[in-house]
Amino acid sequence: MADRLRVRFAKVGKIRFTSHRDVARMWERALRRSGLPVARSQGFNPRPLVAFGLALPTGCESLAEYLDVTLAPTQDASPAGQPWGDTYPDLGSLGAALSEFLPDGVDVVAAAALGGGASSLQQEVSSCSWELEVHGVTASELIERVERLLDAPSVSVQRERKGRQFDDDLRPSVRSLALCEPPQGMDPSGRSSSWLRAETATRPRGVRPRELVEVLGTDVVLARARRTQQWIERDGDRWEPLSVDDFGRAVIASHAMERAS
Amino acid sequence: MDTLWPSIEPLLDGVAKPARYIGGEQGATVPLHGAGQVAWLLIYPDTYEIGLPNQGLQILYELLNERPDALAERSYAPWLDMESAMRGAGVPLFSVENHLAARAFDVLAFNLSAELIYTNVLNLIDLAGVAVRGAERTAADPLVLAGGHCTFNPEPLADFVDAFVLGDGEEVVGEINQVVGAWLADEPGLRRRADLLEGLAAVDGVYVPSLYRVDFDGPAVTEVVPLSPKAPPVVVKRTISDLAEWPYPKRQLVPLTEVVHDRLNVEVFRGCTRGCRFCQAGMITRPVRERPATQVRSMIRAGLERTGYDEVALTSLSTADFSSIEDTVRAVVGGDCGDQQVSVSLPSLRVDAFTVATATQIAHARRTGLTFAPEGGTWRMRRIINKLITEEDLYSAVDAAFSNGWRRVKLYFLIGLPTELDEDVLGIAELGRRCVEIGRGHVRGPTVVASVGGFVPKPQTPFQWFGQDTAAELRRKVNLLKDACRSVRGLSLRWHDPEASVVEGLASRGDRRMGAVIERVWRAGGTFQEWSECFDLSLWEDALAAEGLSLESVAYRDRDQSEVLPWDHLSAGLHKDFLWSDWQDALASVAVEDCRWTPCYDCGACTDAGLEHVVASGTAPAGGSQGTGQDLSVGDRVPVRFVSTAGAR
Repeated sequence: MADRLRVRFAKVGKIRFTSHRDVARMWERALRRSGLPVARSQGFNPRPLVAFGLALPTGCESLAEYLDVTLAPTQDASPAGQPWGDTYPDLGSLGAALSEFLPDGVDVVAAAALGGGASSLQQEVSSCSWELEVHGVTASELIERVERLLDAPSVSVQRERKGRQFDDDLRPSVRSLALCEPPQGMDPSGRSSSWLRAETATRPRGVRPRELVEVLGTDVVLARARRTQQWIERDGDRWEPLSVDDFGRAVIASHAMERAS
Repeated sequence: MDTLWPSIEPLLDGVAKPARYIGGEQGATVPLHGAGQVAWLLIYPDTYEIGLPNQGLQILYELLNERPDALAERSYAPWLDMESAMRGAGVPLFSVENHLAARAFDVLAFNLSAELIYTNVLNLIDLAGVAVRGAERTAADPLVLAGGHCTFNPEPLADFVDAFVLGDGEEVVGEINQVVGAWLADEPGLRRRADLLEGLAAVDGVYVPSLYRVDFDGPAVTEVVPLSPKAPPVVVKRTISDLAEWPYPKRQLVPLTEVVHDRLNVEVFRGCTRGCRFCQAGMITRPVRERPATQVRSMIRAGLERTGYDEVALTSLSTADFSSIEDTVRAVVGGDCGDQQVSVSLPSLRVDAFTVATATQIAHARRTGLTFAPEGGTWRMRRIINKLITEEDLYSAVDAAFSNGWRRVKLYFLIGLPTELDEDVLGIAELGRRCVEIGRGHVRGPTVVASVGGFVPKPQTPFQWFGQDTAAELRRKVNLLKDACRSVRGLSLRWHDPEASVVEGLASRGDRRMGAVIERVWRAGGTFQEWSECFDLSLWEDALAAEGLSLESVAYRDRDQSEVLPWDHLSAGLHKDFLWSDWQDALASVAVEDCRWTPCYDCGACTDAGLEHVVASGTAPAGGSQGTGQDLSVGDRVPVRFVSTAGAR
């Protein structure tokens, strides 16, 4: 019996201006309203056992946010033998119900039971794909600057951590960067927008879309950023922590990989 | 009118906390604007996170949106970074629901909860694209209204706000809506703003300042003269008689981003008759009207289920005085109001061991700190302010708190109270020291925080005649306390800026002439004056000097019985001679009991309005602290008995 659930959700529209912390609190309230038996931590101030993956910078959209929910052991055997079985006959209805309890713009894409051995999202995810809408320079100028960035052996950025200034090299975290067609569902917000597709590594440090655009020049304006995938990589292969297959079923790819091997 | 969202959106990447400006709260109504509806913009003149939880605003928001002839949206003061971005991009003040320009609304209605936000009111009217002075507005401009506790002396804002509403808003908001709706139904070319204002003045509880002339002599008002037959000589506040008829908010707003008081809030009663003489809220909200306990429970149950909150606050003044407090707390903690673990918070605790027992029952989590408000440092002082907490009360409460596992106790005090001596101020440190000692008997490293505010005399209270302490005097008293607390391990002192207290005093008791001062401070850039990072005393001093006024003439000056006070034509239901005799009693150290459980002393709040207290229990709550059941016999001018039993030193 699964005691953990992995949920994939999107965050799009006006709600992208809320913070990672705000989203965590939305989820806490939604889970309480759902009646799902979420396990709680021990101690003086018990908290629901919910783990979020990588933080999404405030202002960015995403089609691929994740959280893992630890469920409390069920008291009696429910019809489906699952902690959610009493209220929600299957994971599809659970996902739809959770979306109902979440604000507009935060929508559950898929939910699946997670094996006991799966490690945390924070540890597993090693890169992200992004779609970025920018304006301020022409497409041809942008292509040149992207090439220059990719050719550079290192790209220095100033960052503040714990009140101190650090000089970080951004270049190793930029896996790929290229112009692309306007993505589906992203209407151009500006007059002469261009779109970039980027893949960025999460280690040693992630790259914020805004930082990436800033190193392309101060005249390049980031209009919108959307995370499209988070990736788990192992042995030259990669997969998403939870994806939806052609039949609309949620798939925990790591399981599929293990079974296949 | 079109949404401003496309112009607002690009500004949000460059400002702090952009979620302040997006709306989208659970419980929000996004109304369709149509003919035949009066469109209200309800504005809280402080930041979103301070303003969103305001229950008064949320109640009116629901009531208006329930009416077929009205609709309401909300707006809050944009923070400095956003305001500058908006002005730079030509974006006016907007609503958070449809992101419509403020000028698309018929009424701009402000909530006035604190005096230091007055400059923000002017700034927001200006940001709305409306003339800040009422006299310069035309029939094409929105009507500017204000309600809330500060309207019991609205004179400093008289030049800027078209009409003020006194008292409970639940009933009067509909009456105002009808007057405005009828006026809007006329041909635009035929509308005269003066007709609208006269129509509003005829509504009970509505004060239209431009229909009164105020005469002055030196620092004082000599006469307030109605200029229209529609303007009553005295405007009396509105009071709803039965809270049970108003189970609002039914759909409390759940914000997307963090705000203060981020929890379910259920109002358990309105009004307070403890009779603390410094407390404006306790004076102007009488009589006590309790919500039936069954309704409280059903509101909690429905609210928790709808919002997903795991905390509920039972709100009122002195919540522990609610007749059904024990049953209600037991019901919530015991799972009668939902099957999840819920914590209860009581925003205002009474100081006694009984109350701590209740608090212990509810705080299974978060047992970090407990707050009490003795307000005065000595029994002499507490008798003068009628906060009748004996030292035994306080020490037994503190003992109960530490013995039940709390490690930190916070004590609220006022300094600058009438007749205050240095020994009263130093009494604060002594109480704090004793509380730390009590804590050492129970826990390791107990902390006691003494939080000290400078007293600001408020209109419609017995202390309205009292000359406020100067900033320098308050500062001296703070320094006395700092010295006295320094050597006490475990006792820490916090204090409010004395300069902010005296400016609050200006806005609190000023007359109409203060309006020009507020306008100057606003024009000099002085917004968000209740935020310490923005407060600037020099702006106020310069503005006072330019207007020929002074802190002395407004804040520091004692008034005598014969002086016409700037708010004498506005009534919270309290007789002026009751307030005066209570002031004389204070000076004579004569205490009064809580009239909920003892005979009426005819303050006027019930009798003149044909109202009665609505309480489920006719006896004082167990614990018997704060005056009830104590020997408060009049004539005992030197309360030796109390002093001698106080500390058992």
